[in-house]
Amino acid sequence: MTLFANSPVKSFVVTRVASGLVSIFFISFLVFLGTSMLPGDAANALLGQNATPETVLALRTELGLDQPLPVRYFHWLGNALHGDFGTSLSNSQPVINLLVPRLINSLILAFSAAAIVLPLAVGVGLLAAINRGKAIDTATGSISAIFLSMPSFLIGYLLVFIFAVKLGLFPPLSMVRSSASLPTWISALTLPVLTLVLVAQAHVMKLTRAAVLGVMSSDYILMAETKGIPRNRIILKHALPNALSPIVSICMITMAYLIVDVVVIEAVFNYPGMGKLMVDAVAYRDIPMVLACGVLFSTIFISLNFTADLLAMLVNPRQRLPKKGN
Amino acid sequence: MSSKVTLGVSVAVLATMAAAAIFAPVLAPFPPNEMVHAAFDAPGVGGTLGADGLGRDMLSRILYATRYTFVATLIATTLACMLGVTLAIIAGLSKGWVDIVIGRAIDILMSIPQIIFALIILAIAGVSLTTLILTMAVLQSSTYYRVTRPIAGDLAAMEYVEVGRLRGERLHWYLFKEILPNMVPSLLAQFGLGLSSAALFISSLSFLGIGIQPPAADLGGLVRENALALSTGRLTPLIPAFCIALFCLSVNGIVDWLVGRYSDKPEVK
Repeated sequence: MTLFANSPVKSFVVTRVASGLVSIFFISFLVFLGTSMLPGDAANALLGQNATPETVLALRTELGLDQPLPVRYFHWLGNALHGDFGTSLSNSQPVINLLVPRLINSLILAFSAAAIVLPLAVGVGLLAAINRGKAIDTATGSISAIFLSMPSFLIGYLLVFIFAVKLGLFPPLSMVRSSASLPTWISALTLPVLTLVLVAQAHVMKLTRAAVLGVMSSDYILMAETKGIPRNRIILKHALPNALSPIVSICMITMAYLIVDVVVIEAVFNYPGMGKLMVDAVAYRDIPMVLACGVLFSTIFISLNFTADLLAMLVNPRQRLPKKGN
Repeated sequence: MSSKVTLGVSVAVLATMAAAAIFAPVLAPFPPNEMVHAAFDAPGVGGTLGADGLGRDMLSRILYATRYTFVATLIATTLACMLGVTLAIIAGLSKGWVDIVIGRAIDILMSIPQIIFALIILAIAGVSLTTLILTMAVLQSSTYYRVTRPIAGDLAAMEYVEVGRLRGERLHWYLFKEILPNMVPSLLAQFGLGLSSAALFISSLSFLGIGIQPPAADLGGLVRENALALSTGRLTPLIPAFCIALFCLSVNGIVDWLVGRYSDKPEVK
């Protein structure tokens, strides 16, 4: 009560949830609009070589493609809210049944990576900020510049080359089944998780360093410096509490990006996650599947970004209180 | 390493890659899509960099792939920049509901992960180079808008622009004489960053098999084609990916130099 009674937090939550929903409606409606404007629809795509005008017409009726667009859209939306995303066009199973195991696999991958990269990279970023301009700062800075310039599949394949092809320590592909034993899972997950860690660490490190150094340029830090307090103590006791809000938001935003980065990484390792499912669905133009994956990915991404801003607000007392003059 | 050295190396690397892209038809020893060697020939045996799984010459394919990546990246980034800046200027000068509508649309665009958006568009419209470039341009325009919208708003409220308006100058006068020149420094840096992110983006899509379609291939597509050959213990399948990394590193090197040059006096070391 105490926290949410404050009007800025409440109005923030309301506006952001509303605008998040608008984005999700927008992306789902976009697909409907697009599919209806194009000549080759799902019925044609599905029948391929066997498409005669009669079979196409029959299938269009069966799929409900002959209904007007708004009707179809709200029909889909109503079902989606009940967890029914329709039937996959490529293997005629309910989309949701195919989606859920893949989603769990993707979340396992992304959260394992987040659990490793966040503490590690925030720590290194702090270290770089403490030792600003010294060898360790320059070294971590150059390494992150190199990783930021590498396509994520290059990082993935380099790891495959070293650890799977040359050293033979891990399998080059991670085609696990959910029934696989724990050691199998761990050995299959190691390389994809390590790739994600390397992809994300550069961002987290750079942003943490910038956040701490940004606070370091304020007047009260200058005051502490002129009092002769050692630099380590200034950073940990004086600067860090104020840098906490940007760091928390960096962590959440990184998780949001990790969820999306899995699309490419899963393709490198043939990992059975949602990203791979979506890419395959795009190749087959399996629109119900693409739509479900797209909406789900966007929802997770938008919610994590929202959480990032909310946490950053709650961590920082100044943003939590009503502004003066209100 | 001093920023001058970084700049020199970056410019040299980019110039070499640009030359490779422009003169690919002259430089390539073999036609890129013809099977001129035995499959998986080692480097030095069949062509300088060996052959791919179909016996096509790797060096020639890499030269042509550089060309595709360069052209797609440049066109998409230029279009994105033009679109973003135009929208920012329209929003900044018109204020009112036009400003609000454009701002909200950009917010929505930025709240959806780019690669997911691109996958959806390509699933609907079908995969083609034009769709790919246009999708990238629209997606990336939001960053240019974000950078230039505040500048456009500030500049439109500047006294000298007001004076110009009162003096009865036409729109294009204060647009081209006052507003655009003042945006150039931040735009240049953003354009550089946009080039490297567009190169990474298009390579990722091609790597996923939904970018440029075979037999033509850009650098990302080449990695997709040849990834299996990694199991032979050769690193040659990754050369195209290293080219992308080198491109982005060099572009970022130039951007760093630009930002350093245009930002205020560097702090005392």
